[in-house]
Amino acid sequence: MSDLTETTELGDGHYDQPNEAVKQSVDHAEHEADDPRHIDEHPGDHWTDMQFVYLALFLAAVTAVEVALSYTIDFWGPFFLPTLLALMLVKFFSVVFYFMHLKFDNRWFGLLFYMGLVLAIGVYLAALFTFRFFDA
Amino acid sequence: MADTAVHAHDDHAHGDHHDDHAVHHTSTGLSNNKLAMWLFLGSECLLFGGLISTYMLYRGRHSENLGPDQVWDIPFTSASSFVLLMSSLTMVLAVTAARRHDERNTKVWLVLTALLGSMFVAGQIYEFTTFYREGLGFTTSLFSSSFYTLTGFHGVHVTVGVIILLSVVGMMIKNRIPGDKPEVVELVGLYWHFVDIVWILIFTLVYLIPA
Repeated sequence: MSDLTETTELGDGHYDQPNEAVKQSVDHAEHEADDPRHIDEHPGDHWTDMQFVYLALFLAAVTAVEVALSYTIDFWGPFFLPTLLALMLVKFFSVVFYFMHLKFDNRWFGLLFYMGLVLAIGVYLAALFTFRFFDA
Repeated sequence: MADTAVHAHDDHAHGDHHDDHAVHHTSTGLSNNKLAMWLFLGSECLLFGGLISTYMLYRGRHSENLGPDQVWDIPFTSASSFVLLMSSLTMVLAVTAARRHDERNTKVWLVLTALLGSMFVAGQIYEFTTFYREGLGFTTSLFSSSFYTLTGFHGVHVTVGVIILLSVVGMMIKNRIPGDKPEVVELVGLYWHFVDIVWILIFTLVYLIPA
């Protein structure tokens, strides 16, 4: 970064002040990361097609495990429901983070989505508690 | 060096049309279309949350011989889930192809996504028909009403998604997509992936957890 702002020799032994445009450019680059409007070129931003294929295969495998669990409920006992819900959440957030790109996108997009998601979970959990769903 | 920096800055500022991550000329610096799509998806969480919780409340309200454990065909529904999951893969490949400005592959992946989505809808129609023939009508019980409403709403969303996908392909062929093509494909992708995550929840909560 410092080589961009170094002074320029004018040939007569004097050095010019750093070019204003260069200073602005460097300031811009340095403050891009802090600017909420800037979307970083994150190293993991763009997955390759093969990485998406691997993720899809992983999700298919998790689905197969879920189905296998549903056929062996007696074996898993009290661990069946928490395990199944955990696998469901793994699949859910894998799609949201990577296929929907939310992990690498601007946080405002995530905020809008999570607001709806959290509101829905809160409202409907309250409704289910009101109707004594969990007592049953 | 200085010139390079200045040009880099200029390219960044004026490169919106070819850089997916450029700052948009809006008051937020973000794409308004994308903000609107995420806001829409957030509101859809409330719709499907209501339908899922209604189903959870009424899943036990059925007659002795026509409950979830009697009518579900888990292997068939698992295959449908796999199809929808793979459609998310083809959709994301369409988005990456669009970002590379590879129009041919974008169209191929979009058509494949539409085909997989159609297969899923066809499977759902077959499932509904089978249940109906077994005596599980829409008004048979509170369980059947809430089940058909939930999965029916999801099926309608998939159908709308297929129509949008095919419309985008048609518009691409006729070169009638206004503005940023990769962004249009990305927006359709966001909707499609949302439909997929809703099914991830439905598959586990409705089909795999025993009543």
